Amino acid sequence: MSATNMDLLRFATAGSVDDGKSTLIGRLLLDSKSIFEDQLEAVEATSEAKGYDYTDLALLTDGLRSEREQGITIDVAYRYFATPNRKFIIADTPGHVQYTRNMVTGASTADLGLVLVDARQGLTEQSRRHAVILSLLRVPHLVLAVNKMDLVDFDQQVYENIYREFTQFATKLNVPDLEVIPISALQGDNVVTRSENMPWYSGPTLMHHLEHVHVASDRDLIDARFPVQYVIRPKSDEFHDYRGYAGQVAGGVLKPGDEVVVLPSGMTSKIARIDLFDKEITEAFPPMSVTVHLEDDVDVSRGDMIARVKNAPAPSQDIDAMICWMTTTPLQPRQKLAIKHTTRTGRALVKDIQYRLDVNTLHRDQATNELGVNEIGRVTLRTTVPLLCDPYSKNRTTGSFILIDEATGVTVGAGMING
Amino acid sequence: MTQTHSDYRLSQLDQLEAESIHIFREVAAEFEKPVLMFSGGKDSIVMMRLAEKAFYPAKIPFPVLQVDTGYDFPEVLATRDNWVDRLGVKLIVASVEQAIKDGIVVDDGKTSRNRLQIGTLLNAIEENGFTAAFGGGRRDEEKARAKERVYSHRDEFGQWDPKMQRPELWSLYNGRIHEGEHMRIFPISNWTELDIWDYIGREGIEIPSIYFSHQRRVFQRDGMLLSESEHNPLRDGEVAEERTVRFRTVGDLTLTGCVESTASTIPEIIEEVAVARVTERGATRGDDRFSEAAMEDRKKEGYF
Repeated sequence: MSATNMDLLRFATAGSVDDGKSTLIGRLLLDSKSIFEDQLEAVEATSEAKGYDYTDLALLTDGLRSEREQGITIDVAYRYFATPNRKFIIADTPGHVQYTRNMVTGASTADLGLVLVDARQGLTEQSRRHAVILSLLRVPHLVLAVNKMDLVDFDQQVYENIYREFTQFATKLNVPDLEVIPISALQGDNVVTRSENMPWYSGPTLMHHLEHVHVASDRDLIDARFPVQYVIRPKSDEFHDYRGYAGQVAGGVLKPGDEVVVLPSGMTSKIARIDLFDKEITEAFPPMSVTVHLEDDVDVSRGDMIARVKNAPAPSQDIDAMICWMTTTPLQPRQKLAIKHTTRTGRALVKDIQYRLDVNTLHRDQATNELGVNEIGRVTLRTTVPLLCDPYSKNRTTGSFILIDEATGVTVGAGMING
Repeated sequence: MTQTHSDYRLSQLDQLEAESIHIFREVAAEFEKPVLMFSGGKDSIVMMRLAEKAFYPAKIPFPVLQVDTGYDFPEVLATRDNWVDRLGVKLIVASVEQAIKDGIVVDDGKTSRNRLQIGTLLNAIEENGFTAAFGGGRRDEEKARAKERVYSHRDEFGQWDPKMQRPELWSLYNGRIHEGEHMRIFPISNWTELDIWDYIGREGIEIPSIYFSHQRRVFQRDGMLLSESEHNPLRDGEVAEERTVRFRTVGDLTLTGCVESTASTIPEIIEEVAVARVTERGATRGDDRFSEAAMEDRKKEGYF
């Protein structure tokens, strides 16, 4: 059993203990044999010491002392499990509105978002918010798990109603791929094995869907984008003239012979060769980390971007973006912050806060002139250096940035560029 | 030239490698004085391999730092020296013994060498002015690690504050620090124990021989099999006997237990790891057993 040929799915879960999220994650880990005996024994002992009647699988995922003390998940926890063909990285995020920033963080790297609803409650404000955030972060695949079906007698009508209500709501969002799965995390129905209690459901089980959802095509393989991270110059006798531009491919496919432009200078050249460690390769695509050599001796340094001559992002200092604000001091016009976009760092001035988005109702509040912690809004920025960016909807790497408080050094905002 | 996949598919191991290499290059570009914490264990060896690949054909542009507990396995030190020689990197050894002599840490006879490493390490970071220290921590190892960032901020006392962690989004890492602070960097955060073994197998790289099955004189203590050694005198009632064992982790030999195993090749180890029912730390690390929050507490103080 070797992982050498497995592929990878990163998914984010959102929900609270009440939705049965921890039970579901516990079940996925248990059924894929990713929980070890000593881990299980530790939570069994803790559950018993706390006087619970059952083993609280939430204790498996609540890693920090303060979380265990308060019985809530505060921070993003990363969990790992694998089936024979795929490895999974779960970003387990808390569901409450005061932890929106943690959910945004978990969703930023996810291929798939898993939202849980309690079949008895139906869609709640919280589940709508989760779907909105996942769609804002352009998580390409969404799963709505209708949990606790055992508590509604596995009633098809309950599922159908939630299905209808959610698909209607989802038309207002950007959800390219949606699957609605009726489950019972507690009893295991449709989690790994097909439920005998719901013969009316013909779709996949949750695990089957996670194992087979096609994620490779979610990458942009058309628009070549190569942010230069580091210039490799060995300065050794053996590699005297070696000058390679190291980075991780952010979009498209790069090949030797391609005519390329270096931004922001606009100098053009051709790709002479591409190295992957000590081998030359014929093409490089996301998310490979490679080293690119150009035919001409043009000036290239960290923060530059290599793109195709006829398909390059337009450098811009005026940025229109959705921003999730992550710190208690509100974001206000005229504020100055540091900005990091791909491998480029500069400063940004907040020109205007166009509106605050109500993540529960999608209402746009244009009267606002600030964004508080965990709020999301549309903001106009002016940057000191031109950003070599694409709309976030086209490329999640070249379309995203973070904002940093220059005094404290803390990451205070996450931005997704409109276009 | 090597042909890449025609369907532009990258295996999960290649994706993990690409992510880790990205992190190494990012740190080398943005930090003034990084260092790689190298124990000679399998995780730090994978880090060395990734760093080698990240900067090839240039040398790794930072030194490696080893905290010598004085109780290290000689096989591990031999492997360390081979790696350092082959890659031509500078090795800095921070000795716990020396730190005790210099009064930097206090050996009260009760505190483990593992714990004394913290003060020794922080002193070495401060003395050398390192601003970033790569560590081989993985999030699948332990609950507190599961929530730690790739860039993990440490204040001027080397402390980790789990409640004040910076949000970490996409692959945009924030390396801002103030004077006297430093960043711990965990480039293999998303690797699992199985991934590490798969990668070692695929790359065919040298690891210490004690990871493979061998004959060793061992004794039982606190439910662990410990190696007989001059640093680890037998207590009343303890009896050493020869067994066929291997180590799942390497650390301070007075605290690192081995498991009975006949796995003598990487595929056999992978087989064993795949069916293991106990975490590697739970099975063999006395240092993590003291309390449910043992790792969290040590991390707050500045542990790896």
